[in-house]
Amino acid sequence: MSGSLGRAAAALLRWGRGAGGGGGLRDQGVRAAGSGAGGGGSGSAEQLDALVKKNKVVVFLKGTPEQPQCGFSNAVVQILRLHGVRDYAAYNVLDDPELRQGIKDYSNWPTIPQVYLNGEFVGGCDILLQMHQNGDLVEELKKLGIRSVLLDEKKDQDSK
Amino acid sequence: MLSGRLGRLLVSMAGRVCLSRDSAGPGRVGPVEAAIRAKLEQALNPEVLELRNESGGHAVPPGSETHFRVAVVSARFEGLSPLQRHRLVHAALSEELAGPVHALAIQARTPAQWRENPQLDTSPPCLGGSKKTRGTP
Repeated sequence: MSGSLGRAAAALLRWGRGAGGGGGLRDQGVRAAGSGAGGGGSGSAEQLDALVKKNKVVVFLKGTPEQPQCGFSNAVVQILRLHGVRDYAAYNVLDDPELRQGIKDYSNWPTIPQVYLNGEFVGGCDILLQMHQNGDLVEELKKLGIRSVLLDEKKDQDSK
Repeated sequence: MLSGRLGRLLVSMAGRVCLSRDSAGPGRVGPVEAAIRAKLEQALNPEVLELRNESGGHAVPPGSETHFRVAVVSARFEGLSPLQRHRLVHAALSEELAGPVHALAIQARTPAQWRENPQLDTSPPCLGGSKKTRGTP
């Protein structure tokens, strides 16, 4: 049952036409580096600031991309996979309680998973799914110099 | 390959099957769920508020109030990005989110968006969480 639901969900992700979001206003909710928990621990603002800027695509998950341990974290992994994004940093909060709380404080966001694009907090699973459905994710990836494979698939279909 | 309508129907059917097993108890609304509903009504004056306790579908004890899905339709979301809308919801529920609730799936729509697509999304199956075993949905 979970297998077929997974496939149906993946197909739906591909073809869904969800409601679009508002304009691309910059998120004001992320705390500036240096505020919040001090010290050099894995959850400190300084460390996290460096982490989210180290790669173009950074995600904080429960589990790993190979073995997600949360359905919502898995959804983030599957969406990135659908777009052919292979080169991203994934951090498993289940391995590190300091990281788990630290990233919630840093992002000012209470839940996991969390997605960062180009050092900027984007949102959780719901928002990433919405961006995938309305085409925003393809655009945001393009700005980062990442070409979504869905563009190539669409091209193949258009030419048939 | 699923067309849009068929895909939505299949997912919503699957969602209904899961949800009938997911509720914390037949018709029981716990204190956390009641608080969430009240706070969202006060903060966002919603046209539509669909709230579901999905804890039963996750690796937590029966009767838990830890995983929720909410669809909020409110004119207060006009002009706000998805991120800003979600932050509004979080702000209304800061106490619950700092406390028992550690998963909150949000659909935040304006009235016009909801009329275009009046569909409650469904949550993906649990994968066991920190218990490190694969849960069955």
